[in-house]
Amino acid sequence: MTEEIIIAGFGGQGVLSMGKILAYSGVMENKEVSWMPSYGPEMRGGTANVIVIISDERISSPIVNSFDTAIILNQQSMDKFEKTVKPGGILIYDPNGITRHPGRKDINIYTIEAADEASKVGLSKVFNMVVLGGYLKLKPIVQPEYIRKGLEKSLPKRHHGMIPENEKAIDKGKEIIKAVQLLN
Amino acid sequence: MKGNEAFAEAAIRAGADGYFGYPITPQSEVMEYLMAEKPHERTGMIVLQAESEIAAINMVYGGAACGKRVLTSSSSPGVSLKQEGISYIAGAELPCVILNVARGGPGLGTIQPAQSDYFQSTKGGGHGDYKMLVLAPSSVQEMADFAGLGFELAFKYRNPVLILSDGAIGQMMEKVELDEQRPRFTDEEIKNNTPWATTGKTKDRERNIITSLDLDSYKQELHNLDLQAKYREMEKNETRYEAISCDDAEYLIVAYGTSARLSQKAVDLLRAEGIKVGLLRPITLFPFPTAVIAKLADQVKGILTVEMSAGQMIEDVRLAVGCRVKVEHFGRMGGIIPSPTEIVDAMHKKIIGG
Repeated sequence: MTEEIIIAGFGGQGVLSMGKILAYSGVMENKEVSWMPSYGPEMRGGTANVIVIISDERISSPIVNSFDTAIILNQQSMDKFEKTVKPGGILIYDPNGITRHPGRKDINIYTIEAADEASKVGLSKVFNMVVLGGYLKLKPIVQPEYIRKGLEKSLPKRHHGMIPENEKAIDKGKEIIKAVQLLN
Repeated sequence: MKGNEAFAEAAIRAGADGYFGYPITPQSEVMEYLMAEKPHERTGMIVLQAESEIAAINMVYGGAACGKRVLTSSSSPGVSLKQEGISYIAGAELPCVILNVARGGPGLGTIQPAQSDYFQSTKGGGHGDYKMLVLAPSSVQEMADFAGLGFELAFKYRNPVLILSDGAIGQMMEKVELDEQRPRFTDEEIKNNTPWATTGKTKDRERNIITSLDLDSYKQELHNLDLQAKYREMEKNETRYEAISCDDAEYLIVAYGTSARLSQKAVDLLRAEGIKVGLLRPITLFPFPTAVIAKLADQVKGILTVEMSAGQMIEDVRLAVGCRVKVEHFGRMGGIIPSPTEIVDAMHKKIIGG
C-alpha cells in the first residue's frame, strides 16, 4: 500500500500540522512516511501545501505530481491541484470560500463543511482535525490508536490537554463528510 | 524530523565541540534546533550565531586549528561568502564539516531547492588547487548519518568535508534513526589524536604552526604535491555510490541528492513500461564514482543525468564515459523540482528515442 496525499490551503488553516500529525501517526504504526512542505514564497504569500506519503515500502520520491487523494481548502489550491488527482482518486474539499467547484468526471469528490462546523461548536482551532477525520473515514490508512500517538508526538507537551478536543474533532469530521460524486 | 533538524541532532551526538553559523533559508532550522536544544547543557558543545558567514567560517578555522570537532552550515549565497575561509582551511589542512542546504542561484536567486552548486562544491569554490570531500545525502537519514561520517573523514584526512544537500532534503520530514551520543574528545585525547593541533607548546616538542602561507615557492609546491597525493588517496579509498536496478539495465540515470529520489520513482515508472533502466547515485561527489560509471557505459545504450541545474555533474559523467555512449542532461533550474514523469519523458525523448 502506498498513499500519496496533497493537502493545500491558506497558511494558518493548519495544513502543515495536519500533514505532520498524519505522518507521525504513520511512523507510530511503523509505516514508511515522508512529509514535504512548501516552504517557499507561496507560503509567504498566504498559501501552504504539503505532500504526505505513507507506505508499507521504502518511499522512492518524496515529491510526486499526481496524488491518490487531494485535500483542498481554498480556491487557489483548487485551481492548482484539482488536475493532479489520479483518475479514480479522491478529492476532498471544504466548499466554504470555493467559487469554482471541481468539474472532473473521473474522480471521487467529497465535501466537508469543516470551517462551518468548527465555528459552530467553537472549535476553530481544530478545524484541520475535522478535515483529517473526514479523510480517515474514507481512507483508514492509520488506526485511531496511532492517530492518538501521532497527536502526542507532534503536539508540544503543554498542549496535550487539547488532545481529547482534537479527537472529538476527528470524530465530527467522520460524521459530516459527504459524497458529491462517486465512481461506481 | 526535518533533514536540517536531523543533521543538527546528529552533530551533537557525533561529539561536536562547536557550531558557528549565520541564518539563511532554507537551512535556518539547523541553528534554530541547536539553540533550542542547548547542547552546552548536554555535552558542553558551543553554539554561536556569528555576525556574518565570513566570521562563522573563520571561527571554524580557529576551532579546527585547536583540534576541535567544529562545523558550520549555510545555504548557497552564504556558502559563497565562506569560500575564502574554506580555501584557507584546505590549505592549512584542517578538519571540519560544512553543510550547504543549497538553493537556486545565481546571486540571491531563490529560496527553493537547487543543485547548481556542484561546480563550486567539487571543483574548488575558492582559490587554489584544493578539493573538499563532498557527501551528497538523498534522505533525512543520510543528513543524520553524514554528520558523524563527515567528522570521521575530515579527521582521517585533515581536510574539510562538505555535505551538499538542498532545500528539499533540509525541509522534508522522514523517519530517522540516530546514533547514540558519543562523548566529546577530552583535552588529553585531542593531544594524542591530533598531535598537530595548537593546544599549547610543551617542552618535549617544537611549536605547532597552522598556516596556509609559505612564501618559499619550492616548499609551497611540495605542500601542493602533498595535498594532491592526499586527494588521490581519497579517490582510492572513499568513493561511495548506490547502484539501484543496474544489474540488467539497458539505460542508466545518474543523479544525486533530491534528483536521485525523483529518478528512483522514474526508474519504477519506466520499468513498469518494460524498459530496463537503472539508477547510479553518487554519494560522494568528490571523489566521483568514475570507475563504476565507466564500467556501466559498456553495458548500457544511453545515460541521462538528472540535476536541478543547467547540467554540471554531466561533465564528470561524460569524462568517465568518454564517447562510448550518448550522455544527455535533464534538469530544471531556479528552484523548480522536476517531477518523476518529466524525467520519464526526458528519458524517452533524449535517450531511448533519440
